[in-house]
Amino acid sequence: MNQLPLNGLTVLEFSQYLSGPSAGLRLADLGARVIKIERPGVGDACRRLSIKNLWVDGDSLLFHTINRNKESFSADLKSPADRAVIRKLISRADVLTHNFRPGVMEGFEMGYEDVAAINAGIVYGAISGYGTSGPWKDLPGQDLLLQSMSGLAYMTGNEKDNPMPFGLSIADSLCGAQLVQGILAALVRRQKTGKGALVEISMMESLLDFQFEFLTTYHSSGQLPRRSRYSNGNPLLSAPYGIYSTLDGFIAIAMVNIPQLARAIDSAALAAYDQGQAFSHRDEIKQLLSQDLMKQSSAYWLQRLHAEDMWAMEVLDWKRLTAHEGYKVLGMEQAVTTERGKSLLTTRCPIRIDGERLFSEKAAPRLGEDNEKIVMELLK
Amino acid sequence: MVDFSQFLSGPSAGLRLADMGARVIKIEKPGTGDICRQLYVSDTRIEGESTIFHAINRNKQSYAADLKNADDLEKVKKLIRQADVVLHNFRPGVMERIGLDYATVKALNPKIVYGEVSGYGSEGPWKDLPGQDLLVQALSGLTWLSNNRDERPTPMGASVVDILAGTYLTQGILAALYRRGVDGRSVLVQVSMMEAILDFQFEVLTCHFNDGRQLPVRSRLSNGNAYIPAPYGIYKTREGYLSLAMGDIPKLATLLECEPLTRYVDKAEWFDMRDEIKGVLTEHLLGRSADEWLAVLQPADVWCAKVMDYKDLLDQVGYKVLDMELKVKTSNGLSLKTTRCPIRVDGGTAFSDRGAPLLGEHNALIDEQFGLGNFMS
Repeated sequence: MNQLPLNGLTVLEFSQYLSGPSAGLRLADLGARVIKIERPGVGDACRRLSIKNLWVDGDSLLFHTINRNKESFSADLKSPADRAVIRKLISRADVLTHNFRPGVMEGFEMGYEDVAAINAGIVYGAISGYGTSGPWKDLPGQDLLLQSMSGLAYMTGNEKDNPMPFGLSIADSLCGAQLVQGILAALVRRQKTGKGALVEISMMESLLDFQFEFLTTYHSSGQLPRRSRYSNGNPLLSAPYGIYSTLDGFIAIAMVNIPQLARAIDSAALAAYDQGQAFSHRDEIKQLLSQDLMKQSSAYWLQRLHAEDMWAMEVLDWKRLTAHEGYKVLGMEQAVTTERGKSLLTTRCPIRIDGERLFSEKAAPRLGEDNEKIVMELLK
Repeated sequence: MVDFSQFLSGPSAGLRLADMGARVIKIEKPGTGDICRQLYVSDTRIEGESTIFHAINRNKQSYAADLKNADDLEKVKKLIRQADVVLHNFRPGVMERIGLDYATVKALNPKIVYGEVSGYGSEGPWKDLPGQDLLVQALSGLTWLSNNRDERPTPMGASVVDILAGTYLTQGILAALYRRGVDGRSVLVQVSMMEAILDFQFEVLTCHFNDGRQLPVRSRLSNGNAYIPAPYGIYKTREGYLSLAMGDIPKLATLLECEPLTRYVDKAEWFDMRDEIKGVLTEHLLGRSADEWLAVLQPADVWCAKVMDYKDLLDQVGYKVLDMELKVKTSNGLSLKTTRCPIRVDGGTAFSDRGAPLLGEHNALIDEQFGLGNFMS
């Protein structure tokens, strides 16, 4: 694509791990130039954090996944000389992000007011764990702990299970994505007014927002969400919503009318229920349905359900997913190549612009890889 | 913003843009409207409509129009000529049949930002399948990440696909509005629910692509993330549940006075032997209450938390200072408590007390303000 939406914008990323850096990745894929500001010698702590002990050119594959398509400038924020260089960079930047705990950037004289004094037009995006006041403000903003505290652990799994987290970093990912929303909205405003903005979000607020349907229902009913006893898919939803075992695998069934379902699968047991009981009697209905579905294969049931236009689908794992034509036509994979020629496969930006997918071959930077180039640019 | 979308994915994007200051006009089918109005959830309703419809559609206006009626369609086209953004989440081909596809809309308004959410994109064998949250989770491999190893694939118990697709669409729309501000040109922005949920898995999918295509293996007990070593997970205690994130096992052994844990000194074992370690913890943590364990662990800077439900959470000062609750009122005077936009701009939060619109509530107003004709004067 010749012109990406955010071409011409420069983002300084003081963020580490996932929440802030995932925001930087999205801005980079949409066309911004993203420069990571990293501590000399160590850099983003995610460089040392591996999953499955996978490393690429000395940094973790995880770091490479989150930080492709960015540049790196190493600077010691405790050193006055380095800080002077960073201030110069700030004077030319459009956006700054950080996810330090409250007070840390202020300690470096890089709080919003300090930065706005250098560059009044800057959009300053700050992520915290729990906001900047109150008894939780200094707690670690860690995904599993936030899921546990926010009530989210009572949505997944069945009624008798322990509270159960999402098996992925939903707080980090969502918070980063919402920071991008705030930053872009502020950039749109800046086009009209010339004014910069302070955009703040906490991981806790992100997770509360994520649960807005549950919380609104709780405020209005006073009833805590209750997971169904079997095949819970969402505590708010009626039977049959959930995943069921078949003779040879698993199928998911979404919102479906119960009498219609009873007919489609020839279930005498289910035929005793009407649609008005789909929520109040969901445990019974789901249990009876489980017993029926165990008797035949996934393909058998899907054929019968699809013949009646019912919302049901097979459960795939990544092997079967990535082999499927439906996945392949999305073109979701892309290879990036490091400076030393190491190639790795990852996913691309999920947003299409003007009908085109956004790809970028640029791998994550080595720590301080772009110092020389950036200093030269600043001298110009 | 002229919003044709229904249910959650598109409307959640509209809600965010409304909270950040846009005027969002829902175009709804006369008589029924957004199907979400009738989606009764957990038998909780407000004004005969679902609570979630009210949560998703507050701070918007409603314009009832029958897109199969030529007069109504003409009015909607006139509205689009004066709009900045058009948004829809119909299945591929529907907007073409109505005559409001991107090419047509761009001809009407060359500066329009046109956003669309689909289930699976506009080509391939899945394109006509319903873009439904649970079904997309099931296809995407996501269900093999939560719950324990011997359990069934388990969906995440919230509409994570809809919400992420709506979130990414908002990003795309805002980026497009930014570009339009630079070059004045129209932009098409597309997100599919499948691509959104694949993106959500980008770290673990990248691992899969580069580890010889191994599948995720959830831990046997207290799985918190298939890729993270013990103790990561939620544990039952004598009273309440305790959440433990990444932590040093020998340090935990000392703090918890758990002798059997002291032998796991090699960091590599924290992953390789996580089932064993989690088994020891599962038994040991039953010995005291969550509060008692926290009193030992928190002062030692161990990453841990008490697991809370909404009742516990809403009592906490840490929750209250966030000021996350928002009261809105419908034009019938009904009031409803929900949550606000999570983004703070210039230190302030966006509080709009406008509730969800009645179906067609703003037809007369919009006819008049946008000069759509045939209105009562």
